[in-house]
This record gives sequence, C-alpha cells and structure tokens, in this order.
Amino acid sequence: MFICTATKLHPSLPSPFHLPNTAAIPPTTRKRKAAEASISSQPTEALPNKRVASAAKSKAPPTPVTTTSNTMDSEEDFMSAMSSDADMQDFSGEEAPSYPFTYFDDDFDDEPDPDFGVLKDSGSKKKVAYDVSFQVYEPADIQRQQDDMVNEVNMILDINKEDAAILLRHFRWNKEKLIEDLMDRRAKVLEAAGLGTDVNTAPKLEPVPGFVCDICCEDEEGLETFAMKCGHRYCVHCYRHYLTQKVREEGEAARIQCPAEGCGRIIDTKSLDLLVTPDLADRYRELLNRTYVEDKDTLKWCPAPDCQNAVECGVKKKDLDKVVPTVACLCGHRFCFGCILNDHQPAPCELVKKWLKKCADDSETANWISANTKECPRCNSTIEKNGGCNHMTCRKCKHEFCWMCMGLWSEHGTSWYNCNRFEEKSGTDARDAQAKSRMSLERYLHYYNRYANHEQSAKLDKDIYQKTERKMVELQRESGMSWIEVQYLNAASQTLQMCRQTLKWTYAFAFYLARNNLTEIFEDNQKDLEMAVEALSEMFEKPVQELCDRKLKVVIMDKTSYCNKRRIILLDDTAENLANGATGGTIYDYFAW
Amino acid sequence: MASKRIYKELTECTTSPPPDMKVCLWNESDLHTWKVALAGPASSVYEGGNYAVLVTLPTDYPFKPPTVRILTRIYHPNVTNDNLGNICLSILKPENWKPATKVSAVLQAVRQLLVEPQPDDPLEARIADEYRNDRNEFEKNARQYVTRYARGPPVFGDAPPAAEKSK
Ligand SMILES: [Zn+2]
Ligand SMILES: [Zn+2]
Ligand SMILES: [Zn+2]
Ligand SMILES: [Zn+2]
Ligand SMILES: [Zn+2]
Ligand SMILES: [Zn+2]
Repeated sequence: MFICTATKLHPSLPSPFHLPNTAAIPPTTRKRKAAEASISSQPTEALPNKRVASAAKSKAPPTPVTTTSNTMDSEEDFMSAMSSDADMQDFSGEEAPSYPFTYFDDDFDDEPDPDFGVLKDSGSKKKVAYDVSFQVYEPADIQRQQDDMVNEVNMILDINKEDAAILLRHFRWNKEKLIEDLMDRRAKVLEAAGLGTDVNTAPKLEPVPGFVCDICCEDEEGLETFAMKCGHRYCVHCYRHYLTQKVREEGEAARIQCPAEGCGRIIDTKSLDLLVTPDLADRYRELLNRTYVEDKDTLKWCPAPDCQNAVECGVKKKDLDKVVPTVACLCGHRFCFGCILNDHQPAPCELVKKWLKKCADDSETANWISANTKECPRCNSTIEKNGGCNHMTCRKCKHEFCWMCMGLWSEHGTSWYNCNRFEEKSGTDARDAQAKSRMSLERYLHYYNRYANHEQSAKLDKDIYQKTERKMVELQRESGMSWIEVQYLNAASQTLQMCRQTLKWTYAFAFYLARNNLTEIFEDNQKDLEMAVEALSEMFEKPVQELCDRKLKVVIMDKTSYCNKRRIILLDDTAENLANGATGGTIYDYFAW
Repeated sequence: MASKRIYKELTECTTSPPPDMKVCLWNESDLHTWKVALAGPASSVYEGGNYAVLVTLPTDYPFKPPTVRILTRIYHPNVTNDNLGNICLSILKPENWKPATKVSAVLQAVRQLLVEPQPDDPLEARIADEYRNDRNEFEKNARQYVTRYARGPPVFGDAPPAAEKSK
C-alpha cells in the first residue's frame, strides 16, 4: 500500500513506482484487509475472515462451521478488500475511510451471522463520533514500507541503500525533507548523518602517541583508539563497552551519542561495525529497524506482548483532549493510540493519566487517615473513629471529647444540638479542613469503588471466556442447538467485557466532571448502560438448563443488542461533546483537582 | 580499569575540589563511596547551610552513572523531602549519562541545582509549585530548613546509609 502513496506523490517516477493495480496488492494485504473488517466484533483474537470468526475463536470447536481459510472465498470479499486498499491512498485526506473498531459491518448480510447480537442493531454505517480511522501493519508490511523508501532514495539521489537507510533514519523517515536538504547541501548533510564522502575519513582504529583515555585513564603504548568526526577520542575498549551497553542493555540504536559529555554526535553504522562484535551489530540493525515505527508520529507498536504489528493512526497529540483514539490490532488487543494504555473510552488520555496517578497516590490514604482519625486534643495521640458515636474517650489519657467539635464532652450535656450550636459558634479552620477532606474522600471512594469493581470484572475476562466456551459446548449437548445457534452466548460474553471496560472508565471520567446538564445526560447514559449490563450479566450466569429455553435465548440476544446500543450511545454522546469543545461549543467542565 | 579512573578523579577532587566543597572517601578501603561536604552557595537561599552529600559509584562506573544523595534535610523542588535526599538530575539519568562525565562535573551540577532549582522536573511537586507561584513562601521555608537542619557541620552518620530505590 505504500506503493500507492508513492505513486501519488511522484507521478512522474519510472515504472517501479507505477504499480497501483490490483496485481500489486500482495495476498497478505488482502488477507489482512478481510481481517480488518472483522476486528470489530473480535476483541480477543485475530481472525482472517469474518464468516469463520466464531469457529476460529474456539480452540477446539466441537462442530466447526467451516474450516479456516486464509484466502478470499468470494468475489465479494475480494472486492471489498480492494476498495479498502484503494481507500488507503487517501488515508490522510478529507475522505478518510473509517475502519470501525466497533460493530459496524454489513458486508455479510447474505447469511445469518453467528455474532448476531454484537453485530446487528447498529443499523447504518454512519460514522460515530468516537470512531477513529486506523490501519494495522504486520512486520512484513513495515519492512516493505522501509524498503520502498530506501529504494526510492537510492534511485532518486543515487546513494547506496545502506547509506540511504542511514540518511532516512537521520531525517526520521521524512523523505521529502531528506531529498530537499540533500539536493541543497549534499556534503553537509552527509557529514551530519555520519556519512562523510571522503574515503580518507572512513572510520578506523589507530594508536595515538601520548594518548590517555578520558574514560578509563589508561595510557599504555599502542593502545588502539577511535574517534568519530567530532574528534572525541577514546580507547577501543571503552568504546566497545559503551556501545555494547547501549545496544544490549538499553536497546538504543539510532541515537547513540558520542561518549563525551555534552556531545550529540550520533554513532553511524560503519563505525559501530568496526567497533563491536558481529552479533551485537546484528542486534543493532534489528533495533534500527524498529526506529521506523518509533520515528513516525502516526505509527505505534501494538503493546500486546509478543505482538509485532504496528498501527497507523492520524490522530495528533494536540487533539487528545477532544478525541479518544481507540484502535484494535489484528492480534485482538484494543488500545488507545494516544497513550498506548488499554482502551479507555470515553475518558480522554490526560484524565486517565491523572486518575491512575491519583489511584496510585498514597496521599489518598493520608486523606483517609485525616478523615477517619483525629488527634486527642489533650495528649495528641491518634484516635480512630470506628463507630457512629461521637463521644470519644482517648485510650491513652482518658480525655473525653466530642468527635464532631473536638470540645470537652462534659460541657456537652446530653444533647446533640448543643454540639451543633457550639460548632456554629466557633467553627475553626481545622474543623473545616477536616470536613472538606472527608467529603472529598467520600466522593473519590464513590467513583473509585465502582471503577475498581468493573476493573475487577475485566480482569476476570479470561475466566469468563473459558466459562463461556464450556457453557456453549454443554448447551449444544443439552438443547440440541448447533454450534452456530449457541454463538449468542459468545456475543453476550464479549459484550459484557467490552461494556464493563467502558463503564469502568466512565467512573474515572465522572469523577472529574463538574455538575452541569451535560453531566446529567452522561450519568443517565451511564446508568442505562450499567443497568443493562447487570441485567445481561445475570441472565448470562444462568445454569445451562435454563438457557435451553429458546425464549431466554431471544431475551439474551435482545439484551446483548441493547447493551451494545447503550454503549455506542454513551461513547458517541461523550465523544461528540469532547469534540465540540474544540469548535467553541459546549465542553465538559473538569474539576480542577 | 575503573579503579584507575576513580583514583585519578578522587585525587583531582581532593586536591582541587569544586567550589564550596570538600571531598573524601567514606572509608579508605572503599573507592566507590565518597563523602562530600557542600556549603550552601552564597546568594542562594541555602547560604549558611552545610550539607552532607553522599556519592556512590556503581561497580560499572564510569559506564553507569553515580548516585548522589543529600543526607542533610533540604527544602528543594528537585530533592526528596525525606531522609533519603534523592536528587533528580538529568545528567545522572541512565539514558543521558556519558562515561566521560566526571564526578566533579556532577557535583557542580548539584551545586548549580541549589543556585537554580528546576521546578519543571520536580521530585517534590508541591515545593516546585510553591517555587513557581509563591517565591517568598518558598524562600522562607527553605531558610527555615537551613536553620533547622543544616546549621552545624554536616552530619554523615557512622556508616554510609544503604541505598534505597526511589523514582
Ligand atoms: Zn578507555
Ligand atoms: Zn563527540
Ligand atoms: Zn497486536
Ligand atoms: Zn489514551
Ligand atoms: Zn489523650
Ligand atoms: Zn461536639
């Protein structure tokens, strides 16, 4: 697909760049395109084709619908894959196609869809506000994109491929700037990238008379030394040690600086090859390859362990307060392109960061302590309140006082109202501060408990999934339903997980929202979704005997659809309001916490 | 290999120490643990204070950065407000550390941090806020700490305190 882009940018280039026809689309790409369409409903596993999605999901399906095939199985599939590829050309353009990570998919209307509940109901293909465009690349795609760029620079500028790669990395893969700069001031650019043109200055090791290494302070005669173009010279042992540590331990490659204090000179590949062992040089090249993704703001590695895919998304850092760019990798992992954390819609990245920090912060505990403990007014020892009674007696000095007003209990008489009046009269700052801290803590705990509850459920995802599998097998046996007919349970399970993930973040989000009519709508949406999820959850937990009832199946399918619908409404509403903030419309007011 | 370098640096630091400092080994048998007495720089809020600074050189020095701690309590945005006295200094971060950088340069950077705190890269966010928004209050508090903790000769304790991890 990179080829297409190149064609657009350089329509006059010779034939290798003119390959935007269907034959040029590699089969792997086609396969991937098909998978993309199905990603939506499959948060847990990558699948090559929608139609066999559910069968493929199961590790050992007792009655698989069909065997998984990695090839296109209909003309229609092929055409839809093709059109996706064509769309790619315009990825950054106005008409950017949407690659929904949600439920929108009506390419397969010709037969009943096993993922019924998850897929249907959204109805139209209307682009929802929380939806962002993205594209997943597999390692081969990433390699091909780099190779294409290297080849292009190699041809246009007549520079060998190795050097072209160094130059591209030096320019952080900004090919246009590289070409422009190199045409303007070739020698300077080559020099800066560590590619001096003079053969005499090729990197070499040499002993220098009277040399003392500034790192190890060795000065023995004949000591081999090395210096980059900056002239900072060190012994070969120190250089080797330094580079090995950078590459091996720190995983650094493209930006290893000269060991001198304050020198920003970057080590070039040729120098590195001269200094280190071949296997370290291999590792270095491997790391260099990764910089292609790391250098581009529009590319991010999928953070799932062992996943080597990268995702491209055009959402800019500065827009992260207005959009929550959730993307879904082919491996099934759903994450935020902005901050790489797991999907946290509807809460914006910044807020998520704040919330997580708050949750981790010990200061909350400190607040709790100050809200639930006080110091004895006489001896200052710490007293914890553990019952409802305000009559406190210090364990240490036996001083009796009132928890509310800290006044002497003996002066209180027996009436609560005395205390109240007393409080009104004096009202010291210390008391106000304590009351405030207690209130803010209660507020925090309200949201935190609900957040944590949904998070806990999310952690059980794996169990739930396995439980569902077992249940589906049992249900087939008990009810005589076919594998396809029990898929509704799978859909329900996935919906539950996805909705809980969303609900979890709605609580963090709500914690920071100031009260206004938007918050009320938000809380209504939240309540609707939560109630639907709890109801579905309850049905889902029913024993298999009850699930055999086909009426219950219909109810569960309806509830699943309803949950999905509520989730979409909530996310859509929130995303729209967030986005509107940018255009001068209403925006959520955040508490300045 | 490291000992030759460390020995050379130590000699330099003891014979011509960086300004406002006195440098020696914690005990003669350990080249990797240094005691530094640092006088609060004149015209800084820490003037008049005497600070016990502990420098620990890792086994892999100079390829790994030394760690520096201010054992005397100090009120500063970039030093933890506790008994550890961990310091946030960008040249000491592993990814920024250069093996050619010398301890004396590090010590001068520490001293410079007292002259000019870096509130944008704080270890104590509250103190950093105060430094930015209420300089008078900050200076008052900093001076109070000097009076309270840093008046006498610097106190190092008997043994070098165990290194403790702090972020
Ligand atoms: Zn050396
Ligand atoms: Zn240099
Ligand atoms: Zn992935
Ligand atoms: Zn994010
Ligand atoms: Zn008491
Ligand atoms: Zn009272």
